[in-house]
Amino acid sequence: MSEQDTSPAWAETLPEAGDGRASRSAATDIVELPLAKALNAGLRKALAGDPKVLLMGEDIGPLGGVFRVTEGLQAEFGRRVMDTPLAESGIVGTAIGLAMRGYRPVCEIQFDGFIFPGFDQITTQLAKMTNRHEGQVQMPVVIRVPYGGHIGAVEHHQESPEAYFAHTPGLRLVSPSTPHDAYWMIQEAIASNDPVMFFEPKSRYWHKGPVDLNFNQSSLHASKVVRTGTEVTVVGHGAMVNVLLQAAEIAQGEGTSIEVIDLRSLSPIDYEPLLASVQKTGRLVIASEAPGFASLPSEIAATVTERLFYSLEAPVLRVTGFDAPFPPAKLETIYLPDADRVLEAVDRALAY
Amino acid sequence: MADNTQTSGDKPVQLLSPDGALTTDDVGAEYVHYVDQLNDDQLRRFHRDMVVVRRFDVEAANLQKQGQMGLWVPSMGQEAAQVGSAHAAKTQDHLFPAYREHAVGMIRGLDLLHIVELLRGNTHGGWNPAETGNFHLYTLVIGSHTLHATGYAMGIQFDGKAGTGNPDTDEAVMVYFGDGATSQGDVSEAFVFAASYQTPQVFFLQNNGWAISVPVSVQSRTPLYLRSAGFGIPSVQIDGNDVLASYAVAAKHLDDARSGKGPSVIEALTYRIGAHTSSDDPTKYRTNAELQSWIARDPISRYEAYLRHRGEGDAFFADVATEAEDVAADIRRRTLALEGPSTDKLFDHVYSEQHPVMDAQKQWLAQYESSFGGLA
Repeated sequence: MSEQDTSPAWAETLPEAGDGRASRSAATDIVELPLAKALNAGLRKALAGDPKVLLMGEDIGPLGGVFRVTEGLQAEFGRRVMDTPLAESGIVGTAIGLAMRGYRPVCEIQFDGFIFPGFDQITTQLAKMTNRHEGQVQMPVVIRVPYGGHIGAVEHHQESPEAYFAHTPGLRLVSPSTPHDAYWMIQEAIASNDPVMFFEPKSRYWHKGPVDLNFNQSSLHASKVVRTGTEVTVVGHGAMVNVLLQAAEIAQGEGTSIEVIDLRSLSPIDYEPLLASVQKTGRLVIASEAPGFASLPSEIAATVTERLFYSLEAPVLRVTGFDAPFPPAKLETIYLPDADRVLEAVDRALAY
Repeated sequence: MADNTQTSGDKPVQLLSPDGALTTDDVGAEYVHYVDQLNDDQLRRFHRDMVVVRRFDVEAANLQKQGQMGLWVPSMGQEAAQVGSAHAAKTQDHLFPAYREHAVGMIRGLDLLHIVELLRGNTHGGWNPAETGNFHLYTLVIGSHTLHATGYAMGIQFDGKAGTGNPDTDEAVMVYFGDGATSQGDVSEAFVFAASYQTPQVFFLQNNGWAISVPVSVQSRTPLYLRSAGFGIPSVQIDGNDVLASYAVAAKHLDDARSGKGPSVIEALTYRIGAHTSSDDPTKYRTNAELQSWIARDPISRYEAYLRHRGEGDAFFADVATEAEDVAADIRRRTLALEGPSTDKLFDHVYSEQHPVMDAQKQWLAQYESSFGGLA
């Protein structure tokens, strides 16, 4: 697929990438935004560019969502930004009907742990609807899910349920780690004719980063090397990417060279950059906030082992949350992998 | 014993008495004019559709017993509820079935072979609602589709296609579901969303007495049609074995929905004469006396009596019987000619857009199969 093919339709109203590069200046095209504001800007762009785009969710209107990601959008786009009744199955189920009618609904699930009342509609209906219709009906529905820990919240507010959905054929799963990716990936997810689960790293909502409003250098399902290194490859998505970068920085001070890959897409997984990296380093550590049993890291470990058995210098190692319920917040720093836990695994990989 | 005829003391709307005479009570008064507007051909069509779909049902059940389908879902006994309401819908309306609405599909233009293909294991549905009179796919997760119908109706509102005052272009949605489905959370959520957004929508509840083996009395301590009042949705209970009541009441409520008056619920009291599916054995949970009491209230014989009162002669009924035999023979012939689905169906429509895993697994399967040298 070319860059052009994967850009949302309304991106064509932006300056051409080539022209943009020629005329671009940092002052005009690149803005510093927190991740939540970048999402807000991306949603605004999608709403403005296509009258079929709708936002729906709990408290997303005047309040702007509990994380303020949709702040100001109802004032700007009126009834296309819907405060729905408090019912996740209802939100997803009616989004399916709206998609059948030709709309492109973007649903906000308020917190990760509250997605399960909508689980049936997502897995038995949304994911299978195009297949059931043998391709004659499309399901351009986005489910936005603020996920993950590090915010000190109560039970059901800090979870990482990605694997449940990665296990379901018919869904696409993505997760941005930076404001720039958040801005572009939400627009690409909305432009997709398939259902996309969009996992937002809520602990990164308030972290600022540069957003290039004119130039998107990646496509929705591409993984990306975000730091080059030679001795160990580490991979993760969303909020974990920042932890991996911290670990790489610490390791460099100790004389170890780590390559960091931002997965970006959880389903499908873009394996090529990862395989190329592991062929080079011979060692792989996969990190995730979710419990490790039957997890995305388990899946990646199996695939990399199948594909690169003779290139590996050490077993593929996983660094994950424990196989226990997400703990009360005072224990979350113990539960969630941090740079030290990642480096412990890096040391084990290097010891082989 | 199942008692699905719970009422609040109000009499269900009935326009045709069990002996086939037009009733003249107050309950039906506001609906009678819909029947008065039907011409002879339309009245005959109701009978024709009920007889044809029952003959189809019998043929399909036989085909299942002969191994042509993995499962059959009979609709016998519910023809009046389905045929009357389906004829009340206009071309532009959208109908969301559960999985027993064979008559509704037929009336909207669905080739009944699609239902055979689904229950044979060739498809999961596979028809395109845009080509089948806006008759959507069967949904097997009970009640899930009530939310899709409500969402679709929300889309009609966004399009400004309801409440304009033009009955030829205003649209409505009708969703079929059963007494068992009313226990599902999704049905309650559909009521909440429909009431909240005042969707142009009719909820058509066929209360056939049994959710597989569990009677309505276990599912609900209150007449089902009264539930919607708590959601702020008006409702009416009808004699579901009276095709004229089903037609007239559905027509009125669909008119109301199209004209912007919001959602409503119709509870049609009927009975599943057959088993839940071909895998079910209703003798384990219901009495023969109950069954016989409902066979005595058969919707087709009631309507035939009405037509004969109106002067319809033997020739018409013989013609309908012949047509039903022809439909059954055609279904049998085409069922026996069905081929299995292509293995491409495993992968081709899981996603609308290109997907590397589907591509790789499709390619792998082709190589694997070719490794047998064409002997597989």
